[in-house]
Amino acid sequence: MTAHTKGSGTTWVGRAIRRLEDPALVTGQGRFTADLPAAHWVRFVRSATAAGKIVKISAPDGAHVVTAADLKHVKPIRPMLHKFNYVPVAQPILADGVVRFVGECIAACVAASEAEAEDLADRVEVTIDDTAPLVDARDALADGAPRVHAEAAGNVIVEGKVKTPDFDAVWRGAHKIVKVDARSRRQNATPMEARAGHAAYDAATRRITFTCTTQMPHLMRTAIADLLGFPESDLRVIAPDVGGGFGQKMSLAAEYVVLVWLARKHKSSFAWTEDRRENLIAGFHSRDQHVTLEGAFDKNGKLVALNAAVVANIGAYSCFPTTCGVEPLMAMAEMPGPYDVRHYACRARGVITNTCPMAPYRGVSRPVITFVLERLMEKAAAAFGIDPIDLRRRNLIDKFPYTSATGLVYDEASYKQTMEMAVEHIGLPAFRARQKQARAQGQHLGIGFAAFSERTGYGSPAFAARGMEITPGWETVILSVDPSGFVEARIGSSPHGQGLRTTLAQIIADEIGIEPQLIKVIHGDTDRAPYGWGTFASRSLVISGGATLIAARKIRAKLIKIASHMLEADADDIVLEAGSAKVAGTDRTITIAKLAREAYHQTHRFKGEIEPGLTETGTYDPPGTFSNACHVAVVEVDVETGRVRIEKFLVAEDAGRIINPMIADGQVHGGVAQGIGNALLEEIIYDETGNILSSTLADYLPPTAHEIPPIELHHIETHTEASITKAKGLGEGGAIGAPAAVINAINDALSPFGVSIDEMPATPQRIRAALRQAEKAA
Amino acid sequence: MTEKTGITLTINGRDHAIRVEPRRTLADAIREDCGQTGTHIGCEHGICGACTVIVDGEPVRSCLMFAVQAAGKIIRTVEGLADGDRLHPMQEAFMQHHGLQCGFCTPGFLMLAVGVLEREPNISDDDLLDVLSSNLCRCTGYQNIVKAVRAAAAEMRGK
Amino acid sequence: MKPAAFVRHVPKTVEEALAILAEVAPQDGRVLAGGQSLVPIMAFRMARPAHLVDINEVAGLDRLAVDGGKLVIGARVRHAAFHKSVADGPLGKLLAYVVRHIAHYPIRMRGTFCGSLAHADPASEWCLVAATLGAEIVARSKRGTRTIAAADFFQGIMSTALAENELLTEARLPLLAADAKFGFYEFNRRAGDFAMAAALATYRLVDGKIAEPRIGVGGAEAQPRRIAQAEATLAGQAPGDAAFRAAAEAAAKAIDPLEDIQTSGEYRRDLVRAVVRRALEHSA
Repeated sequence: MTAHTKGSGTTWVGRAIRRLEDPALVTGQGRFTADLPAAHWVRFVRSATAAGKIVKISAPDGAHVVTAADLKHVKPIRPMLHKFNYVPVAQPILADGVVRFVGECIAACVAASEAEAEDLADRVEVTIDDTAPLVDARDALADGAPRVHAEAAGNVIVEGKVKTPDFDAVWRGAHKIVKVDARSRRQNATPMEARAGHAAYDAATRRITFTCTTQMPHLMRTAIADLLGFPESDLRVIAPDVGGGFGQKMSLAAEYVVLVWLARKHKSSFAWTEDRRENLIAGFHSRDQHVTLEGAFDKNGKLVALNAAVVANIGAYSCFPTTCGVEPLMAMAEMPGPYDVRHYACRARGVITNTCPMAPYRGVSRPVITFVLERLMEKAAAAFGIDPIDLRRRNLIDKFPYTSATGLVYDEASYKQTMEMAVEHIGLPAFRARQKQARAQGQHLGIGFAAFSERTGYGSPAFAARGMEITPGWETVILSVDPSGFVEARIGSSPHGQGLRTTLAQIIADEIGIEPQLIKVIHGDTDRAPYGWGTFASRSLVISGGATLIAARKIRAKLIKIASHMLEADADDIVLEAGSAKVAGTDRTITIAKLAREAYHQTHRFKGEIEPGLTETGTYDPPGTFSNACHVAVVEVDVETGRVRIEKFLVAEDAGRIINPMIADGQVHGGVAQGIGNALLEEIIYDETGNILSSTLADYLPPTAHEIPPIELHHIETHTEASITKAKGLGEGGAIGAPAAVINAINDALSPFGVSIDEMPATPQRIRAALRQAEKAA
Repeated sequence: MTEKTGITLTINGRDHAIRVEPRRTLADAIREDCGQTGTHIGCEHGICGACTVIVDGEPVRSCLMFAVQAAGKIIRTVEGLADGDRLHPMQEAFMQHHGLQCGFCTPGFLMLAVGVLEREPNISDDDLLDVLSSNLCRCTGYQNIVKAVRAAAAEMRGK
Repeated sequence: MKPAAFVRHVPKTVEEALAILAEVAPQDGRVLAGGQSLVPIMAFRMARPAHLVDINEVAGLDRLAVDGGKLVIGARVRHAAFHKSVADGPLGKLLAYVVRHIAHYPIRMRGTFCGSLAHADPASEWCLVAATLGAEIVARSKRGTRTIAAADFFQGIMSTALAENELLTEARLPLLAADAKFGFYEFNRRAGDFAMAAALATYRLVDGKIAEPRIGVGGAEAQPRRIAQAEATLAGQAPGDAAFRAAAEAAAKAIDPLEDIQTSGEYRRDLVRAVVRRALEHSA
């Protein structure tokens, strides 16, 4: 069951052990929200119109249909930022007189089964007076554009601006200015399990248990209890097995509020399982951005200043809890990426439109800004007539700690080393030779690189800098050894596929000398786990892992203290290994199970020197740490059809200490696949009326096994002081680098044609359109 | 609602006498009427393959069959893959090669792979990749699913 | 996404099926064969048949045999039946090659050849095969039996010459000559997706020159059809790059392309040019 040891010098950390999560999942014993039976099923009537006034809602007599009129005492969702000219806008739980996007919930229909609820929904008639919708962010910015929300003049509800001192002078003195005008189209995270919720009333305690497929169970509890106006302690939120999230399941679904409201009102159980069409049209979107980026270089190709303009289409409402600032403000803060640039100006706007609300999706903005920045580096290299790798060499950060132009502190990393590693392993000179030969035969191969930094595991100060009313960051872990010697770690994070039950067990196992298989990690239940923020932003292994290590060290200290007492040895001489405490250099030993018994049942022996019990708490709130990587894509572009085939993909990455290499590699694989989908296939398409045209998985195209090439991985482990486990986060990196690498590779392949593809996804249609235009111009 | 029909579904060797409307899909009947929730529903329009089960030896999308059409047929789901405590080589391979993360698509992939390999044990690597492109996974990037299925295929052939 | 309610009928004989169909067709009744196209659109409630005549238990409709120089394909014959060659000579090979492009393995286990024809999706591979090879389609109703030529059968996007009370009982494909060559090429975004354009080419070589060419294009127009202009450029030519390019160009010019928000007419012509040439190259 074990694979190679990574040589970290410890017993469990660094080993590719099998996941503790898997036996249930491969035998059909996983427990997902939609598996629960319910007395009542809910189907939502959704707006078929992007913008308009609700004139009339008529339901069949006697039918159980809930509308905004029934929810008068329920507060709207109104997330808050205290900075960046943020204009708070309210999202009613059910549309209240006005609809603002296709898919918005207007009414909830209740019946005994999903099919009957849908039958009922079909019979609810909604009359809407259409008004002109705003679909594209640039149209919403135009003078005289109608307002999506009355309180948001100009439709901009968040705006960040930054300009470093001396920027203008440096800009004027630059040798060359290079510009990229880029477009990222809209995407949907598309977890294989769509959203689902199940609210049940317990007559004995008068509490509600709300089971839902979320990444943030405690935040769901806070939000729903606040909106409905009852104590959080009367609501238990459970995130059981969660079928992927990728950010989409961070945000509060208005539908969930309706379910809990129904369960409280009718003292029964109510469930909703989102169908795929609902998920595609209304389950949160992302990445819909226009970015203009200019780089000023000195005569040596050194980047001296960056000037960025970001327009993010954030949809009709601001998402809870991150707010719609998440995309534009992340773009603004992290645009310079892995490059040393001292002067920076940026204007980043979040623009409200009549489209599905934007929410975080794996990488949040960084897949877009990395794509734009790496296009800039390629174009600059061309302008200077030098190899793009060489241009990057002149600009990558290599002194640490490094404070960026936006004030971010970069800890130790390996930007240059990972790029050189990638160049070496991909065999760049051999590829160039092959490319030349292929071109002579009409075959168009290309190679694309993307270097990037990935800010991970950041605590509350980083979120506070955004002015968030709800400021996430820290994590708490409660670690207990029960009287029988079994270990339970209760965590505030809420993993859903990341293997945290295994990796945290590995960390604990090393500290207290027992096998990971004996350690249970409990999460996703607000009654059993301490308050915490959940799993997102490549944070759980760093922050929850750090809190775990802190708690485990305390348990270790206490076990040693008890052992020292019982073995009558000096604490410094005691080692914990293989389930026992031993006095070094002797055969005196006592099992940890026995120590645990003593800790609970023989406390009188300690004469008050040791507190009873074996439970310790660790809390960790780190500054944040930057992972980094260089991605390489080798592609072939079929210039007749515009189809791109990825021949090979290579990642050289550094996420600090790797706790479980198998799990780490899996995270990178999955991210890269989503990035490839981002670059080539996936696009939510609206027509000009705001109707959505990609509402099936035959129209919205996540990649299949066929579209994903073999992915070759190489690792460097830079041990940072910014993370007490030395681990950096890596959940998002794959998705951040891959789009840029693929788009650069396409452009490299097409370099003989003089075209520049600066739009994602680079669909065959777009590639052909660019080539046709070039053919006509020639 | 239309009248319900009494049918018997035979799932993993056990008979389930249930009453369903004709419109009830096999996927819904397996999960809700027979309580076998290991089979998952991901799209209900035949693209994602999360609901793949084996009916009379054929891997099929259970969201695209009506339960009434499966009466009298032999249905196999993920819950029946292991032989008691002994896991099927495909299950072992998925764990060994990290062919799953969130685990939602996993039952569909397991039944797809087992269903095809039982029919075509000597399927080529290329054709196997074609088969695996039938189902969607959002977590793994397919790398380790392909690796796991190839390893299990070799193991199954060895028997 | 649950289908609207319907009444299911399960005839055991063709006659019984036709009698039921005659009765329920005017009340929004439809035939259910493999269901791999119909059930998804019912799940979206874009189709809401009040009655389904499930022909999966009708005796005799599973016939798959060569009879009188034609391959006879009954209404219950699944796509997967063609995974192996079902007829001697090029036709069996052609069908075995094309079938691998139809959706995915589990879909091919259930979906039927005749169901694809009746559904008449413009991107359907079997519709392209039927149109290119000149299939005969047998439609039966209580009033009798008629045989419809493929060229008359397909009438637009998901529209055919079948009357609502008719059951498509079988399709007949003429066998290809033993020396016939064929080539097929399809373009789609992902493996198994609907074709954005596909081409099927067949011909014989007589004295080194192309004879009896058939060039069919699917997925690019409202219905698949043979492209006479492309065939004309090929007849009498030696197979090779020049002839294939000329035929591809002729096909690209001749079509009346389907357009949508993503796909311009120009792009569809680009694809037709590519798929026709590649189908011809595949044949050579």
